[in-house]
Amino acid sequence: MNVVVCVKQIPDPADPGALDPTTKTLKRDGKLILDESDSYGVEMALQLVTAAGGGEVTLVSMAPNGEVSGLRTALAMGAAKAILVSDDALAGSDALGTAKVLAKAIERVEGADLILTATESSDGYTGTVPEQVAGLLDLPSVTFAKHIEVDGSTVKVQRQTEAGYDDVECPLPAVVSVTAGVVEPRYPSFKGIMAAKSKPVDTLTVADLGLDASQVGWAGAGQEIVSIEEAPAREAGEVIEDDGTAFEKIVAYLDNLKVL
Amino acid sequence: MSTPTGAPAPDPRDFLRLDGLLSDEEQLLRDTVRRFVADRILPEVGTWFDEGRFPSRELAPELGRLGLLGMHLEGYGCAGSSATAYGLACLELEAGDSGARSFVSVQGSLAMFPIWRFGSEEQKAEWLPRMAAGEVIGCFGLTEPDSGSDPGAMRTRAVRDGGDWVLNGTKMWITNGSVADVAVVWARTDDGVHGFIVPTGTRGFEAHDIHKKVSLRASVTSELVLTDVRVPESLRLPEVRSLRGPLSCLNEARFGILFGAAGAARACYEAALDYAGERVQFGVPISSFQLTQRKLVEMMVRVQKATLVALHLGRLKDQGLLAPAQVSFGKMDNVREALWVAREARSVLGANGITLEYPVIRHMNNLESVVTYEGTNEVHTLVLGQALTGIDAFAPG
Repeated sequence: MNVVVCVKQIPDPADPGALDPTTKTLKRDGKLILDESDSYGVEMALQLVTAAGGGEVTLVSMAPNGEVSGLRTALAMGAAKAILVSDDALAGSDALGTAKVLAKAIERVEGADLILTATESSDGYTGTVPEQVAGLLDLPSVTFAKHIEVDGSTVKVQRQTEAGYDDVECPLPAVVSVTAGVVEPRYPSFKGIMAAKSKPVDTLTVADLGLDASQVGWAGAGQEIVSIEEAPAREAGEVIEDDGTAFEKIVAYLDNLKVL
Repeated sequence: MSTPTGAPAPDPRDFLRLDGLLSDEEQLLRDTVRRFVADRILPEVGTWFDEGRFPSRELAPELGRLGLLGMHLEGYGCAGSSATAYGLACLELEAGDSGARSFVSVQGSLAMFPIWRFGSEEQKAEWLPRMAAGEVIGCFGLTEPDSGSDPGAMRTRAVRDGGDWVLNGTKMWITNGSVADVAVVWARTDDGVHGFIVPTGTRGFEAHDIHKKVSLRASVTSELVLTDVRVPESLRLPEVRSLRGPLSCLNEARFGILFGAAGAARACYEAALDYAGERVQFGVPISSFQLTQRKLVEMMVRVQKATLVALHLGRLKDQGLLAPAQVSFGKMDNVREALWVAREARSVLGANGITLEYPVIRHMNNLESVVTYEGTNEVHTLVLGQALTGIDAFAPG
């Protein structure tokens, strides 16, 4: 059982992020960490490999620089190796450009039975890359998995819905996106942390993948960010003095928001 | 924000950019322990402290899975990390609570270390892997009711009887005593001081918890009473027959403490910094007042200096250059500075500084133990005095 997990390294959400006024995108020049939403896919993959009794987890990631600290976190959790596509030409990639790169990188992993992703990244939030990767690889795609079980050459997925979940099955290999919070990502063990530095990270360029630089980054992007604006400052809340009828006003307020 | 020189403005929580002194691996390890503390210790430690308990059985396997138990030892299921990495783990644990760091110090540096350093191959193979995994909890019996700073005055005796040893005596202030599965007990014999691996289920072994503590309440502290406790020769540590044995264990543990104290100090400083920014008096945050700013600055400077000292001593230890007197430097100064920071932080928090809703009074009370255990401030001062002058001033007369 070999599982590929697509992971993204993002600026630490604990640090105040900033948008670059020139490129109108998130500044990514500082240290990058493993996107927390990807840690669930990594954990799920490790559990599936253990349940299968063999195989390994391979990470696939792309970044405009050679940053690997987020990958080391996932390697310390137990992934065996990583492919990092790192190329200046990747700056400005939109979701489809990202998917093209990831799909090409995934094709280089021999014997991949299952490809896991998060449902969306915590910095970009497009939520479209998993389906695009599946489309480019011509593989079945299942989204919002809360539980995954592999049975021979079939994957059985509990697919989260607003009402509960659907049981979905499809043949392997397949691309499955994992909902955040459905498993408890393990802490990297100290042995894992020390072993991670000697695990292979294969760093590739866009050209290594057989892609032309015009297909990715700003050059290949089908979208343009026209303008960016500061988020409006939070307005002061409404203060209700309780004269004995405060509950009515609160109920009316909530009713107006249609949350009751 | 940047300064006129173009250098980024200092981070109030890492003013001197000490993070830059850590390798990526050390940062990941540090961040992992910090996350564990945030997830598993901080949400509940106020309650544990209030109720005077520490969930040792529950936490030991989790600490073991992380690799925290005996982490700087090589082989036998131990992680085999650098000394600096061990120190950083202690720093983060003690930023949670000194009780959590004490548990790990005792298990790794006081119970596992003597077996690893002075034990036979069979003893190591039998005990260390289970202790590293947190399946077996250990404690360390050296201090006695009448023998603290002067361990040479110990009364616990071990007498040879055929193929066995018979131990009698009382040990006091033993962290993890009543929860331990195994105790490393030091006893006087006709042939010097020896260490014994005593399973706590052995007949004649009793542990009584010490109650009514107002410090290290989230930690188990016990008295051990040994009455004709019979252990086979195979449980005596073969490679040591003097006080050098237990003292070398204490040196290991003190190394963890000098990092831990920097963590407790950091937690107090950060609590005060946050509080001062939010607490409004006379219409302004109290961080606006010059007196408060001075407190924050003095705390920050002491936290940064303690961390620097710890990191430097860690690097020396990893190079094999750390002398016991240098450990005394770190233990003496970092703990007293941490205590100073805790008291100062408590004053910034005013009345809120005395409740367990905030970490400060808990750290402050804990540090009152840390400043005297594992060598009192006075003992470490005399160790340093002897190192400076060549004159032993421990025993007057």
